[in-house]
Amino acid sequence: MAGQYQARLAGEHPPRIELRDITKIYPAVVANEGIDLSVMPGEIHAVLGENGAGKSTLMKIIYGVTRADRGSVHWNGRQVRISSPAQARALGIGMVFQHFSLFETLSVVENIALAVAGDFNLSALSERIREVSERYGLPVDPRRLVHSLSVGERQRVEIVRCLLQDPQLLIMDEPTSVLTPQAVRKLFVTLRQLADEGCSVLYISHKLEEIRELCHHATVMRGGRVTGETDPTQETASSLARMMIGRELPVCEHPPGSARGELRLQIAGLSRRSDDPFGTHLQDLQLEVHAGEIVGIAGISGNGQRELLAALSGEAPLPAEQADALRLDGRGVAHLDAGARRDLGQAFVPEERLGRGAVPAMSLAENALLTAHRGTAEEGAMLRHGLIRDAAVRGYAQRCVDEFDVRCGGVEAAAKSLSGGNLQKFIVGREILQKPQVLIVSQPTWGVDVGAAAAIRQALIDLRDEGVALLVISEELEELFEICDRIAVIASGRLSPCKPAAETDMQEVGLWMSGLFPGGSGEQADTDIGAEGVGDAA
Amino acid sequence: MPLKIEARPQPSQLMAYLSPLIAVGLTLFTGLLVSPLLGLNPLDGFHAFFIAPIDDLYGLGELGVKAAPLMLIAVGLAIGFRANVWNIGAEGQLTLGAICGGGVALYFYEAEGWHILPLMVLAGALGGMLWASIPALLRTRFNTNEILVSLMLNYVALLLLSYLVHGPWRDPDGFNFPESRLFSDSALLPVILEDSRLHIGLLLALVAVALGWIFVRKSFIGYQMRVAGLAGDAALYAGFNRRRMVWMGLLIGGGAAGIAGLCEVAGPIGQLLPSVSPGYGYAAIIVAFVGRLHPLGILFASLLMSLLYLGGESAQMELGLPSAITGVFQGVLLFYLLAADLFINFRLRRKRQPTTAATANPQEAAS
Repeated sequence: MAGQYQARLAGEHPPRIELRDITKIYPAVVANEGIDLSVMPGEIHAVLGENGAGKSTLMKIIYGVTRADRGSVHWNGRQVRISSPAQARALGIGMVFQHFSLFETLSVVENIALAVAGDFNLSALSERIREVSERYGLPVDPRRLVHSLSVGERQRVEIVRCLLQDPQLLIMDEPTSVLTPQAVRKLFVTLRQLADEGCSVLYISHKLEEIRELCHHATVMRGGRVTGETDPTQETASSLARMMIGRELPVCEHPPGSARGELRLQIAGLSRRSDDPFGTHLQDLQLEVHAGEIVGIAGISGNGQRELLAALSGEAPLPAEQADALRLDGRGVAHLDAGARRDLGQAFVPEERLGRGAVPAMSLAENALLTAHRGTAEEGAMLRHGLIRDAAVRGYAQRCVDEFDVRCGGVEAAAKSLSGGNLQKFIVGREILQKPQVLIVSQPTWGVDVGAAAAIRQALIDLRDEGVALLVISEELEELFEICDRIAVIASGRLSPCKPAAETDMQEVGLWMSGLFPGGSGEQADTDIGAEGVGDAA
Repeated sequence: MPLKIEARPQPSQLMAYLSPLIAVGLTLFTGLLVSPLLGLNPLDGFHAFFIAPIDDLYGLGELGVKAAPLMLIAVGLAIGFRANVWNIGAEGQLTLGAICGGGVALYFYEAEGWHILPLMVLAGALGGMLWASIPALLRTRFNTNEILVSLMLNYVALLLLSYLVHGPWRDPDGFNFPESRLFSDSALLPVILEDSRLHIGLLLALVAVALGWIFVRKSFIGYQMRVAGLAGDAALYAGFNRRRMVWMGLLIGGGAAGIAGLCEVAGPIGQLLPSVSPGYGYAAIIVAFVGRLHPLGILFASLLMSLLYLGGESAQMELGLPSAITGVFQGVLLFYLLAADLFINFRLRRKRQPTTAATANPQEAAS
């Protein structure tokens, strides 16, 4: 597999791309400082780092989206200035973004035609799409409308769109975050084939195991600087992690849960049609969460998580006649709004921190009041006669900051001035300190640095041990296996059976993520991903 | 030297306070610029507009007479505006306040007693709230746009008043003029500055400023409304009742406008006329924004807007300018304010000169 790459290394080829001393300073932060990076033809080169390490800025500089303040870019041995993505594409650089840029209402071929220069000839383009997709094992039907595609299929469209331009360098930004474990295998096969043909790949990720398996070379970044260069196949996950975060990978203590307590939260036949024309309809969901356990819901984003969470949190309550579709301590609550459910002892940590979990322009103290206004024993009531008691509010916010190690400029600091990890710790703390009976958490560590992620997971486990019922919805399988006692999967708006985490594994959950579970959508029609999953499993 | 506009990392607090002052300065400057076009000496114009109206005690009293309704209405509107409840119907709510409060005065036109004025104020507030409850109801029940509904109701209110003073409430001894009876002394607001028209309404407005500050800063419902305005999803997440906020925002604005309307007819006017306001309900929207939706800012902004009204009148009398001049200056002020507000979130930067790095021809490089 690495034969071609080795041969090229020995030869006289200049690096495909070489960055020298790239520096980019934003008004508030130094995103890149003195970055050197060199990628050989046919090399799969990992750029490894936590969120905020400067990976994305660096890729945007290469792709011409942003311009560096200092430093030079050399392409096949010549210095170039890349001032726009169009110019980058003309050079032979393709990029697959983490968030796709496709029009939902257009077909695959129409979407690709928008990006491809030259004559507008849809049938000829369709033919080329078929050719490329067959050659690289990326099955896509050019006539299908994008909104009907799964996330994995959309990623394939993005890749095919890049490949049609015969790139010499392909940038992949966190490509596996939207894929099932089985689909990841398929993607790796494609990337290796591309590399063997001489195309270089810049592979951005924070997943250590993937990088060790796929990449020839890794550049590790931390705080906007390069902190190491290495051959990842020669490293262990923990040695890579040390380079990435500067210390040992923190681990959670997760003793097996004590005996399950009584039933707290019950999803009993929840069905709902999505208001969004491209949303997912929820179909007859069933799930039970007991006191003293963490139940996880895995699944690729866009399979109904948003709709399920809105129903669970009360942000989108159901009509009163369907009140019993959700039960809190046996009581039908599906028709209640978020405030009324909080009155009954439910708390919720949403996926979006800024703008939903917290008001960006308000201080931490004011954000504590957002959900904690019901008051606690420690500080006493936060409200008296409809007026706010500032001392109680500030005291509570201070306790969140102290107990959850939130790094900030005091409780008067604006929420938006905190880093993602610290704000998430604050929000999780705010919800936990209210001593809820049921806590629902969506993407607990999304965009959070490794240290904060470990602290948040530990806090959730500790809460479980205090007898709280927790429901965690996450796209990170590793995370779910780390903290959950039982795991279910959501796919196409249906929920799989719930299995004890010890009795299942990534492979099975990965299959379920394709809809292949009793009662899942994969049982009937087979979506593309589903069919793939079967092939791989066999 | 090419300039570009770039986003600030943080909104500028300084600009948030500076922006209204810049807008005022630019408005004055524009006034100086256009006066030669009208054949006037700029300094005469400036004097007539900004100095002459308030160079005696009576003038200062007039400043308060006009600032009071603006202040009162703007404080009420700002509470709704903070929660993104856009009540554009203060003019109509003011009119209904004048009708209802004036109706009480006409009912008691032969009576005397201390109870008449409080009843009128109450009726005025209820009238404004009644008018504001129409867009509130339609918004919360049918999700109609409160901007359009409240705006259109302004014209309905005006026609209603017109009907009343031309018809049933016309003064029987008034020689068929479209006016109501003059209110009795018990139905007129006490004057608080001798030899002027300055009435107790200004004190009501100042109380409203204080209450508005407490509401926004200290009350939980005020906090909820701020959250809803700053981040709607966060309010939904916390389970704040959006309908309640729409109702509160419109009713407070309507009530304040209603009291302001009553104060006009029970103060300087003293009877019901076909028109009871020179557009206070609209001008108060500008006042609210010039004052940054903050009660204290509104206090100062209302004085400024009041001066524009007086200056317009003075310019008509002394310089023979058309009455449209007041509207022009109001519009110019708002225009400059919106322009200056851009720089709260953005700033001007000189464009960086291209560095000396060679630009390779992409085609060539790719080959």
